[in-house]
Amino acid sequence: MPDERVTDGAARRYLLDPGELTPQTLEQTLAHAWSRACDYADVYLQHSQHESLTIENGVVKDAAFTLEQGAGVRAALGEKTGFAYSEELGPEQLLEAARAARSIAHGDRQARLPQSSSTPPPAVCGYDNPLQNLDMEQKIALLREVDETARRLAPEVKKVTATLASAYEVILIASTEGVYQTDIRPLVRLNVSVIAERDGRREIGGHGGGGRYGYSRLLETGAPARFAQEAVRVALLNLESQEAPAGTMTVVLGHGWPGVLLHEAIGHGLEGDAIRKGTSVFTHLMGQRVASPEVTVVDNGTLPDRRGSLCMDDEGTPTQNTVLIEDGIIRGFLYDRLNARLCKTESTGNGRRESYAHQPMPRMTNTYMQAGTHSPEEILASVDHGLYAVGFNGGQVDITSGKFVFSASEAYLIKDGKIAHPVKGATLIGDGPSVLRRVSMVGDDLELDDGIGTCGKDGQQVPVGVGQPTLRVDELTVGGTRMHDG
Amino acid sequence: MTAESASAQNLRTCVQQALDQARGQGATAAAVSLDRGEGLTVSVRLGELETIEREQDQGLSITAYFGQRRGHASSTDLREDSVERTVEAACQIARSTEEDPCHGLPDEDRLAFEYPELDLHHPWDLDSDEAVRLALECEDAARADARIANSEGAEVRRYDGIRVLGNSLGFMGAYRRSSHDLSCCVVAADEAGAQERDYWHSTHCDWRKMQDPGTVGRIAAERTVRRLGARPLASCVVPVLFEAPVARSLLGHFVGAASGRALYHEASFLLGRRDEQVWAEEITLTEHPHEAGGAASAPFDAEGVATRERTVVDNGILRGWFLSSYSARRLGLASTGNAGGVRNLVLESREPALSWDELLQRLGRGLVVTELMGQGVNQVTGDYSRGAAGFWVENGAVAHPVHEITIAGSLPDMYRGIVAVGAEQDRRGSLQTGALLVDRMQIAGV
Repeated sequence: MPDERVTDGAARRYLLDPGELTPQTLEQTLAHAWSRACDYADVYLQHSQHESLTIENGVVKDAAFTLEQGAGVRAALGEKTGFAYSEELGPEQLLEAARAARSIAHGDRQARLPQSSSTPPPAVCGYDNPLQNLDMEQKIALLREVDETARRLAPEVKKVTATLASAYEVILIASTEGVYQTDIRPLVRLNVSVIAERDGRREIGGHGGGGRYGYSRLLETGAPARFAQEAVRVALLNLESQEAPAGTMTVVLGHGWPGVLLHEAIGHGLEGDAIRKGTSVFTHLMGQRVASPEVTVVDNGTLPDRRGSLCMDDEGTPTQNTVLIEDGIIRGFLYDRLNARLCKTESTGNGRRESYAHQPMPRMTNTYMQAGTHSPEEILASVDHGLYAVGFNGGQVDITSGKFVFSASEAYLIKDGKIAHPVKGATLIGDGPSVLRRVSMVGDDLELDDGIGTCGKDGQQVPVGVGQPTLRVDELTVGGTRMHDG
Repeated sequence: MTAESASAQNLRTCVQQALDQARGQGATAAAVSLDRGEGLTVSVRLGELETIEREQDQGLSITAYFGQRRGHASSTDLREDSVERTVEAACQIARSTEEDPCHGLPDEDRLAFEYPELDLHHPWDLDSDEAVRLALECEDAARADARIANSEGAEVRRYDGIRVLGNSLGFMGAYRRSSHDLSCCVVAADEAGAQERDYWHSTHCDWRKMQDPGTVGRIAAERTVRRLGARPLASCVVPVLFEAPVARSLLGHFVGAASGRALYHEASFLLGRRDEQVWAEEITLTEHPHEAGGAASAPFDAEGVATRERTVVDNGILRGWFLSSYSARRLGLASTGNAGGVRNLVLESREPALSWDELLQRLGRGLVVTELMGQGVNQVTGDYSRGAAGFWVENGAVAHPVHEITIAGSLPDMYRGIVAVGAEQDRRGSLQTGALLVDRMQIAGV
């Protein structure tokens, strides 16, 4: 007998054996859903362990462990979907879910299910359980290092909170399109937040990061001290910040996490469900120019160890590097199987779901803009008066009108091509289809974020990545409190 | 109270067993909560069934104390051996974390050993065929308007849940709560091809008290169509009228800053402001957790502490916080019964509440906000900057719809700058208020 694959072994141990399930029971479940004349059915089994540990006031006194498991069964016919889930893994529960899911279809079918294959796509990360990667004492020591580093850096630091979180997820996907896949998805994250106080003024600074690996990677890369330094730097900077300007002006966006611009301004509008329904402002823009020829944007789920990476999506489709905008022209949309089938195209491996209790839909993975030719210094020097925004809290978009926002947490006023002084956080608002036309310079310093992004859509949260080089945007509305003085 | 079903008894037994196991493993105290629920969601789009979803949720959560050390674990698997492992995990964490003198169960005299029946349980015997019919009626009403060009669909959801909570001080409480929802989201288009989207929803624990499907659809269509032709504004400083559904978010920021966690983290612009005027002096905020059938009513909080009616802001003066047992001890105060959140916080003015037309008159020249976007609220400083859409008002009448602008200011100034409150309250959630008129904010636009 050949060696059992690591992911198959984990699926057997965590998903099949405890519920007395076998690959045959899954096939029976699918056959049950499929016996009504639907186009497609799938079953998704998931086991996830989640742990979090917090240091506050120098004391590690808050820790939690969460175990989540269950099965979701889905049947689709045309645009109709039937879906049911159960938190109990067992043959009867799966059959009952299949019965509920197939209720959208009527009429019987005799045809046999296609033969399933389980050739796994190449891994994008290791499979160790991060929860077991360090023992409790080592985790506490890691958090202490964050706390002590932050306090040592500046007397203004009044409060330090840091959270170490990790997840170990085992999934199994089987479908009537011949998919039988297992996967293991580790994820860790370290977050630091500090409050600094000077002369009665209090400001907050934060930093975080992580990816699909064990805690030991955080230690190897010096993350605890580095994140603490970064959080303290931002908090101290905010103590000096002046009112942000109000009005439309030139904005220079820093590299890395400010790529949240791309995620909100165009990414969501290119997701296949909104394209199929015609509710996205980008629906009819395929092949059209929306940006200068210097702009190329991709969604790439295959990058090793990234927070937004997956070797396969939640429908068992291998992820890929999808070009969304090439040399300024829209070239691709993001699809799951349902929307791809209805749009007569192929899934791009972007069918993702928060858990077994949610239905998959087209979602981003790691979305970023490729590097251009300008140095960041050259870009800053080109601006007479504007805003330089390097840190953000996150954003939101209305895909129908195309209006999007993202909120700066670290920003500076630019005067005569030089950074003048820090300004308070402010929300930036723009229009998705037109904002990239105003990108007049693309930096040569592409960077991906540190691994902090979580994207929400229709109430479902999934981890994602973003990135970009430094960008000059000629006109963006900045929501500060001080009127533009010319 | 009516006799509980066998399943409710089973859940109590399960909670008690987990408590006993924790004690058996050496925990000095423990608390266990168990939630279980069942629901059906049906959505339609463009006159056709789109999804039928059946929900079956369950979860057990345990907090174990070893003296002043605490561990927390939860699981969606309620099989006996899995519950035992969850208890073990909580105990294991509690043994290995550090002491905090503020950890512990609530003070015994605050526990709701007796609690009122709040009329929150109205199961809806709704099958998927009938749900489809209601959703279609709702969407049809919205699409009756010729300017509605597309639809995200209409959705009907029924849900029926039970919560059981127990702790090692002998507290054991349970209540059922149903939650039903009807929503509709549509897209309008104008001749130029510009598209706008908006939605409306109605929710109640008693399905008989929801807005009817036709009304929900019509409101969704009205809210969407009125946005057509929106344009940005020039930057300016003007009064801003927050429509009731978005005015609730201003209460939300207040609750965030007045919550125990923000206070002991010193991450609140309200720090040290108790007994000071933080809202306009006409404004009073009261909490009504025992309102029969209320949107967020609960007989006890997430720790079993009795909830009670109280005044949080009295004529603009901040009189109370939102505290759990833990945050209360951190601050040297007593729990306010707010573990797990705020329950029916109602904003009222001692000035006469105004009708919508009166509010527009009072606004005169300025901005009505009907939608807010983004996270630009800083709880530490109170700095406020968010994306907005709404209407420009001249001479007390709507001039045109507005989008792609931001509004900015500071929450302390905004709370003190409220000059009028609308009569029509949005009571669909835990935060309840009429429209709020704020005297001046910075608008950023073209």
